[in-house]
Amino acid sequence: MEASQKDLFHQRIERVNAAIALRKPDRVPMFLSLGLFPARYAGITYQEAFYNQESWLAANRKVVEDYQPDLYFQPGAAVITGGAVHDHLQTRLLKLPGRELGPDVPFQFVEGEYMTAEEYDAFLDDPSDFAIRVYTPRIFGALEGLAMLPPLKSMVMGYVGATMVGMLTLPPLAEALRAVAEAAAESMRWTAGYMEFEARMNERGFPAFSTAITLAPFDVISDMLRGMRGAMLDMYRCPDKLIAAQEKLLPLLIEAAVTQAKMSGNPRVFIPMHRGADGFMSLEQFDRFYWPCFRDLVESLIHADLVPCPFFEGSYDLRMHYLAKLPPGRIMGIFDRSDLFKAKKTIGEVMCIAGDMPLSLLQTGTAEQVREYARRLIDEVGRDGGFIMCSNTVLDEADPELVRAWVDFTFEYGTYG
Amino acid sequence: MQENGHERGRKRGGDDIAAEETQEELVKAIVGMEEEKALALAEGLLEGGADPMQVLSLCRRAMEAVGEGFERGEMFLPDLIMSGEILSGISELIKPRIKDEGEPERLGRVLMGTVEGDIHDIGKNIVVFMLDVNGFEVVDLGVDVPPRVFVEKISELKPDVLGLSCLLTLAYEAMKRTVEAVEEAGLRTAVKIMVGGGTVDEQVREYVGADAFGADAVEAVSLAKAWVGR
Repeated sequence: MEASQKDLFHQRIERVNAAIALRKPDRVPMFLSLGLFPARYAGITYQEAFYNQESWLAANRKVVEDYQPDLYFQPGAAVITGGAVHDHLQTRLLKLPGRELGPDVPFQFVEGEYMTAEEYDAFLDDPSDFAIRVYTPRIFGALEGLAMLPPLKSMVMGYVGATMVGMLTLPPLAEALRAVAEAAAESMRWTAGYMEFEARMNERGFPAFSTAITLAPFDVISDMLRGMRGAMLDMYRCPDKLIAAQEKLLPLLIEAAVTQAKMSGNPRVFIPMHRGADGFMSLEQFDRFYWPCFRDLVESLIHADLVPCPFFEGSYDLRMHYLAKLPPGRIMGIFDRSDLFKAKKTIGEVMCIAGDMPLSLLQTGTAEQVREYARRLIDEVGRDGGFIMCSNTVLDEADPELVRAWVDFTFEYGTYG
Repeated sequence: MQENGHERGRKRGGDDIAAEETQEELVKAIVGMEEEKALALAEGLLEGGADPMQVLSLCRRAMEAVGEGFERGEMFLPDLIMSGEILSGISELIKPRIKDEGEPERLGRVLMGTVEGDIHDIGKNIVVFMLDVNGFEVVDLGVDVPPRVFVEKISELKPDVLGLSCLLTLAYEAMKRTVEAVEEAGLRTAVKIMVGGGTVDEQVREYVGADAFGADAVEAVSLAKAWVGR
């Protein structure tokens, strides 16, 4: 690492850490929540971003070097793994550009009831077995054969378990295993590519926002297993199971985050939150079904010396007094539509606040409007530190010129005297 | 049952009061999201010879109360979904007992859809629910609706209001294209257009050329009501 670049890396990390610790850095840190923005910026299609990691990473490098943010959203957040991985697995819960969608449409998540309410008991009894023999065959078309596996816990029968290996010659199972092997090789290539990219960017002086990603337990159930509608009906029909399933998931979600973060050396853990927002449930339901396991997740990450970075999608205006109860100076909260000008008073002494810069302005506004809003954020939310400049959602379709105006203004106006 | 007329009359009086109480209980059970109780009460009423249309109107009353609770911020999305689920359970009980008597008169017709390239429908579905319980006829075109389909349906159904929804910021462009397509088809003055969802705001409203932006389903209902003169 060249000295100046190494210095830059440390300066940026210092700036971010000071804000997270609720202190005043030398200036307001700039976090670019890139999403798929680099693709358009560098002139490649979304399809290429998903199918050609080299061009996708080159596009990201270009954006980061051109705008010089203090934190950039790691390219593996928008394109978690290559499109070819999903081709091998025939992933059903994603629609990808160039596959089901047009080459320039961002990927979309296909929510469904992939676990029925009747299956809670099977899930609670043995989540791994349920995941491999029931859930996986439903969400990956190429892995339907896994449904033919014997119960996984039968492998505890010592060497008797060896007789079960013969099952793997059944054609649907053999095909599923072949698909897994192909997908695994491709997926590993992408993971290695991302790790290499982050290491190189570190050397050039640019820290990534996070490497580790985890989810709130309720969101795993609502997004991935039961679907929004299913999870909501469960609040009335089988509330105890809905809570028990979250408690079962919690240690797994903590461990996943801790392992990823420790491996990468990046302590920030991204937690995109979906179904806890105002309107998605009443305050009583939030208190009972969402908050307890989310709070435990956040506190466990802090306990492991990590920095939880929840993205509070939607509005949390009605829930700010809950957020105010979290440990102070250890969290970077990214906000979407919450009223940060008001929230600063409730949670300003608890967590570092980021977000809110409206994509509607960065995409369709004027440079003057962009500067005006950024000025207000810096003046009113960032005045005493504990603030990171960031958009209210991923920059996907933002206008590069307006992003330029926003970044330049923040660098210039955001200095603390 | 062997009863004389007088006793029967008196008994019926008692039954009527009991039935009335059951009816109130049914409304309360739906509003209180007590699914099993609501279904049992509805079944009891129907088995006891209650007019199915009346049971249906009790359901409508309950759904209006849920809608009002939502407007006041006392009820939330899970309540809308659960009450909808109870309603469809009761409808199943009622269906075999009624002949189609036609739709009651509505305040106006609203055409709704999530614009092309976007498959998100949570917000749109809330708006559809709220417009429906507030007396509008709503035609929901679903998600990922191309501008051409919106234009065809406007010509065909002549709605008073067109509601466009999106979550993705990419879809601002599709909203704009949709409004332009309506304009090009010469239908722009025939329909009021409201937009909402995700990060849509006044800025986006102006950009896409819609008539109004609604921050939530309650605002969408107010906009639609104002446009049809209610």
